[in-house]
Amino acid sequence: MSLFMSSRCTVCLKKMNAVKSLRPTATRIIPTAWYGISAVDYDPKFYTLDPINDGEKKFDKILIANRGEIACRVIKTAKQMGIKTVAVYSEADGLSLHTKMADESVCVGPPPTNKSYLNMDAILEAVKSTDAQAVHPGYGFLSENTEFARELTEMGVTFIGPNSKAISSMGDKIESKKIALAAKVSTIPGYDGVVKDEEDCVKISNEVGYPVMIKASAGGGGKGMRIAWNDKDARTGFRLSSQEAASSFGDDRLLVEKFVDNPRHIEMQIIGDKHGNYVYLNERECSIQRRNQKVIEEAPSTFVDPEMRVRMGEEAVQLSRAVGYDSAGTVEFLVDSQKNFYFLEMNTRLQVEHPITEAITGLDLVQQMIRVAYGHPLNFTQSDIGIRGWALESRVYAEDAFKNFGLPSVGRLISYIEPLHVPNVRCDSGVREGSEISIYYDSMICKLVTYGETRNEVLKNMVEALDSYVIKGVTHNIPLLRDIMTESRFIKGDITTKYLAEIYPDGFKGKQITTAEERKLFAVACTTRVKEYLRSFTFYNAERIPMEPMTTDSICLNVQRGDNQNDVVVRWNKTKEEFYVMFNDGAKVTVTNNFSLADTVITPDVDGEPVTFQLLNKDMGGNITLQYQGTQFVVKVLDDKTADYLRYMKETPTVDTTRVINAPMPGLIKSISAKVGDTVVEGQEICVIEAMKMQNSLSFGVTGKIKALNCKEGEMVEEDAVLAELE
Amino acid sequence: MAAICSFVRLLVRNNTNLQHSLNSIGTKRWCTVAHNISVWNTVKAKREAALLGGGQARIDKQHAKGKLTARERISLLCDPSTFVEYDMFVEHRCTDFGMEKEKITGDGVVTGRGMIHGRPVYVFSQDFTVFGGSLSSAHAKKICKVMDQAMMVGVPVIGLNDSGGARIQEGVESLAGYAEIFQRNVMASGVVPQISLIMGPCAGGAVYSPALTDYTFMVKDSSYLFITGPDVVKSVTGEEVTQEELGGAKTHAVISGVAHHAFDNDVDALVRLREFYNFLPLSNLDAAPRRECNDPIDRMVYSLDTVVPLESTAAYDMLAVIKAVVDERDFFEIQPNHAKNIVVGFARINGRTVGIVGNQPKVAAGCLDINASVKGARFVRFCDAFNIPIVTFEDVPGFLPGTAQEYGGIIRHGAKLLFAYAEATVPKITIITRKAYGGAYDVMSSKHLRGDINYAWPTAEVAVMGAKGAVSIIFRGGDIKAAEKEYMEKFANPFPAATRGYVDDIIEPHSTRARLCHDLDVLASKKQTNPWKKHANMPL
Repeated sequence: MSLFMSSRCTVCLKKMNAVKSLRPTATRIIPTAWYGISAVDYDPKFYTLDPINDGEKKFDKILIANRGEIACRVIKTAKQMGIKTVAVYSEADGLSLHTKMADESVCVGPPPTNKSYLNMDAILEAVKSTDAQAVHPGYGFLSENTEFARELTEMGVTFIGPNSKAISSMGDKIESKKIALAAKVSTIPGYDGVVKDEEDCVKISNEVGYPVMIKASAGGGGKGMRIAWNDKDARTGFRLSSQEAASSFGDDRLLVEKFVDNPRHIEMQIIGDKHGNYVYLNERECSIQRRNQKVIEEAPSTFVDPEMRVRMGEEAVQLSRAVGYDSAGTVEFLVDSQKNFYFLEMNTRLQVEHPITEAITGLDLVQQMIRVAYGHPLNFTQSDIGIRGWALESRVYAEDAFKNFGLPSVGRLISYIEPLHVPNVRCDSGVREGSEISIYYDSMICKLVTYGETRNEVLKNMVEALDSYVIKGVTHNIPLLRDIMTESRFIKGDITTKYLAEIYPDGFKGKQITTAEERKLFAVACTTRVKEYLRSFTFYNAERIPMEPMTTDSICLNVQRGDNQNDVVVRWNKTKEEFYVMFNDGAKVTVTNNFSLADTVITPDVDGEPVTFQLLNKDMGGNITLQYQGTQFVVKVLDDKTADYLRYMKETPTVDTTRVINAPMPGLIKSISAKVGDTVVEGQEICVIEAMKMQNSLSFGVTGKIKALNCKEGEMVEEDAVLAELE
Repeated sequence: MAAICSFVRLLVRNNTNLQHSLNSIGTKRWCTVAHNISVWNTVKAKREAALLGGGQARIDKQHAKGKLTARERISLLCDPSTFVEYDMFVEHRCTDFGMEKEKITGDGVVTGRGMIHGRPVYVFSQDFTVFGGSLSSAHAKKICKVMDQAMMVGVPVIGLNDSGGARIQEGVESLAGYAEIFQRNVMASGVVPQISLIMGPCAGGAVYSPALTDYTFMVKDSSYLFITGPDVVKSVTGEEVTQEELGGAKTHAVISGVAHHAFDNDVDALVRLREFYNFLPLSNLDAAPRRECNDPIDRMVYSLDTVVPLESTAAYDMLAVIKAVVDERDFFEIQPNHAKNIVVGFARINGRTVGIVGNQPKVAAGCLDINASVKGARFVRFCDAFNIPIVTFEDVPGFLPGTAQEYGGIIRHGAKLLFAYAEATVPKITIITRKAYGGAYDVMSSKHLRGDINYAWPTAEVAVMGAKGAVSIIFRGGDIKAAEKEYMEKFANPFPAATRGYVDDIIEPHSTRARLCHDLDVLASKKQTNPWKKHANMPL
């Protein structure tokens, strides 16, 4: 069956299939769908332009050389087209959704990507053994690997993507810029040659036009880079940059380029076929980024006007034509505040954010890629492409948005419900309840897309979708996404690539709620507590000693969040399921239209208005965790006497976290740069932990002498493991 | 009014002086009235004194230690204004060592009955502010009184222990008091649930009362349980040890297994004890309680389909399975930090209390050792005694091998778990999630031990042992790899057990909850009895 799969794995899968086959029809209580909660079916209504034509010739079987949501996405279209599918999976993905969805699946190696999804030999072997006629690479992994595309071609297997020449010419930054210049595509103005001296630098800077960026030819990581706004800046910039470049890279050659201040990142989707036809499918606005990774994308852009759209689209087509591009691709531009746009690079693959383009054009990009790869010409021309309403994509990641706008987290999705009940919502995901978000792969959980007639409607749906999206078991970035959706600059469309740093200069700290909102939160927390209290008096089988009837209809509670304590009185009306929460300053909040304590998403009427909360946790000590406007709030609700007695309780001493380093996540210790006995300063790197392709440098919060190092290089550590301690 | 008159008359009859003055008309009425008022005042004064226990200064001292007083504890444990106190006016009768001059009303323990979530409970709460909570004969009698009544009406007893030990001044009287309590603990065992919450010191002979009850809970950093304190330990063995190390909550909740749970502080302990109480039936004559349930009974739990890793040596967390199945993920784990290779605790399924036992593959591969066997056995017996159905999640590679275990008597201790399961007549449902190897397969509520319903997940493997070990015995030499493969094809799956009817069905994991809900409904009327005997002779 495969090269790498241990025989144990094979037996296990076989066993499951054997049991499955024993049960062809539904038993009395149990539906048999082995998967089925997250695998949303192909929606033909979504794709109105050039729908799938069953009569058209096509591949019999394709292999998807990817995992997760994009593999699922490709399989869905392929299935609808009547094409058989082959999934590849690593040992960590044996039970994952894409493996279940495909007609066949092949194990291509152990969990690390370089041994599985990047293991070209194993994937080529899988292609051979399954007789797949074509390979869709998805994005990432081998999608822009010319050698992979070439090897497939040599095997007589079609690569569903552009020809390898187009991939290689767009893969090289200098070459792609040269081709772009030749194709008359706007590029960042600058001087291609090497700057000779200070005066030369001033001369060139003036030619390019201020502001300019002076940067080391060999540069990277911000070293040897200076922004100059005038001649004086240019002189000092030249001097400092060349010194820095010489010391950092041993190469003092400098370049001068136009500096694009506060740019937006806007990209143009194009598609071409093997017959010289090209169409641009309008832009996507991808300015909201953290660490150069996109978080929220929308199409169209609020910033692009029709005339600019045509210019950008035509330049993108010019470039594609110049390299003989013959698939779906994306041309990325930097756009300044004056609507000048400059070519950045071309992505020769299906982009992560392609669904929003599909939403506004009605085109199935995967279907078109497969058709075009087979050799069919495009069935539409530029004039068929319109803009159908608006679409927005939120990338839901398993990461802690409170740390550096997103520190990857891992875990098991113990509860997972996509908000598909909200109108005009599309979820592209490769997970389901029970899936593991592991350290080996990208931490994206889902691409949550809302679409509709107007941007306002789309924003409103996105808020509702984010509020009722249940993800338990991993930390996720919904708090950040939800906060952006109601932030005034984002609503106005006033965004740049620096948006996050500008809106949250001290980092994201969660939704900041008003006093009135906090009252609502408290009222719902108190209602939850009282409902639970009332329920604990309902025993159905207390016949021998009957229960004392419950006569009270009010209770004094103490509700607390952080340092904010409130005494409240809750009265209730049992028959009407109404709860009146009275604060000691006389304010009153009524909670009606009640909810079940077993539900996660609850929508009680608070003072007559439905408000969505998520009841994430309630423990015996009165702690109630509610998600409200995206952010989780822990509220402690106790009866007044219990709260009063708490004052006698001693605080349990907390560990001084500044003197220990805990592993922030499970991962691999990549390197250790200190030893026991060393005196280290605050912030000095002690070790590097690698998880989810991310390297994280760990340091102490104070200066001190290292007492113990409890890890070794190459060791796997658990979350919260104490890695190092100070004396 | 009539009652008061007769009370006065009674007093009058016993008082000769008063009798005398009654003869002279005129002063008579005055005297009765004055006396009446004075008695009432005395009652009031004594009551007030009793409420203050050892006095405000000692109460403040108790608070400064982060501890609540005996009465404060009761007021948190019971529903508001439901506590009815007994024997508030009891005093000790010791006259040695000047004790006759030191009398405190109530004598160091508050006893009575109350309600927890509308259900009755008997409580005694030792008062450290009165003679350090030491146990006098009178103190013991008060405790015995509530225990006797609890037995008669069939209601649980909760003891809140905070006592320095025996009242030394009383000598053997105090020891007799302990023994009286022990005897009642034993008589009540299996009749009504008994819970001890250790909220302060509990040393010497006193420790055996909690040890005889069903559950011993402790409060972290403020409670101690030991036979002899650090001073005696040092003088006898020379060993230096702190109170906390010797008998603190951590020691007993992790190492010795004496404590079933350790709580953060008094408030936390009492609040959670109230929740715990809701899982228990009032007596052995009552069915396990059934509470309103909001969690849908037919909820499909898809996360269970992927919880068992494909690699059969890979670990997973049995708690994830348990929490996903039960109502609202609410699981009260017993001994969560002791013998972690077995998980036991209470949960509700469709509102019904169930006892859950699960092997924990995350710790020591989930194998059974001495501690795990004893932990599991005691829990199973409690459930059986109090009509609580037992749901077992099985993934057990066998008993832990080695000299340490054999010398420790794993045979004897492992037999306890086997005995407990075999003896139990409550509904027993077993789900084999993965491994069910060897003798451990038999032990874990197998069909052969009168398991009512036994399921296997598709990942189940029921065999005498793993492939490697088996092959090395069956095929000495030869093509080991091929033999291993053959063995796995044959045994590393649920079919051998299913074809013989040793499991009733192979089920898809996500259907587990729905099935358990239905099965427990059906099994609610299960009737099964063991032959009459004085008592069994289990391998202690």
